[in-house]
Amino acid sequence: MKCDELLKLLNEYVDGEIDPAFCKEFEQHLAGCDPCKIVVDTIRKTILIYKKRSDLRTPSRIPGTASQASSPALERNKRF
Amino acid sequence: MQRTELPSVNDADLQLSDQELVNRAKNGDLSAFETLVSRYEQRVFNLAMRMLHNVHDAEDVTQQTFLNALEHLEEFRGDASFATWLYRIATNAALKNLRKKRGLPTVSLEESTELQEERDTIPHPEYLADWRQSPQELIQNNEVRALIQQALDELDEKHRLVFLLRDVEGLSVKETAQALGISEANVKVRLLRARLQLREKLTRTFGDPKTLVKPEHKHKNSEPRA
Repeated sequence: MKCDELLKLLNEYVDGEIDPAFCKEFEQHLAGCDPCKIVVDTIRKTILIYKKRSDLRTPSRIPGTASQASSPALERNKRF
Repeated sequence: MQRTELPSVNDADLQLSDQELVNRAKNGDLSAFETLVSRYEQRVFNLAMRMLHNVHDAEDVTQQTFLNALEHLEEFRGDASFATWLYRIATNAALKNLRKKRGLPTVSLEESTELQEERDTIPHPEYLADWRQSPQELIQNNEVRALIQQALDELDEKHRLVFLLRDVEGLSVKETAQALGISEANVKVRLLRARLQLREKLTRTFGDPKTLVKPEHKHKNSEPRA
């Protein structure tokens, strides 16, 4: 497998969704290719840093805001 | 004006699936819809915040999302999950909000993420270095959080949306495709572009130059940028 071919399978490999047959080839290539190893590693870190950022506390919603908004609409849609 | 008191969310409703709650809401069960609101309002708000970076705008979009969902509930057929359908409405509402603020014509989500064959080539990784610190260590720093937000904001909108829904919100490829009204193939290509572009920017910032590895094949501008 060449580096350009590996790039096309990068998403599947990083997400753990790669075909097992391709996975073996992919990992064989990684074992002998430092640039590709770094690409895979830094892609994983990139995804993780955004996930970690989203895990940090986001401002809590003011409770009931959506409920307050939906109550006039619910009234209009009442079927009783 | 006296606010009409809604039935509160009841414990029995909490056990019901989304589809069961939708069916009940379609038949006029107000508390069923309230349960759906309670179930998803934080997630919708979080998505809106990530797209808009403004609490007030995110709350407006959250309210608008549930209003739209209620008004169009009859059109929800269950081909996609309720959550995916809601994300679609929320993304549409957030994009409209963004465009309105920028004074741009508001376009539909379909126009924004237009179905088109991705003719762009996949960006080739150029700056190849290990990061000086782990993501867990880096994210503690306020400046880092601002930098990664900036990198995300600099992405093309269609790539940023896919990345937000897939990698940050955790939707599957199929759910992301349904939420954006594009093919799964387009999701995969846009996701790859987003990931590679973000990787490149972040590695140029966080990479340790002592570990720099040159790509084996020649490229223009292969030297790290200052």
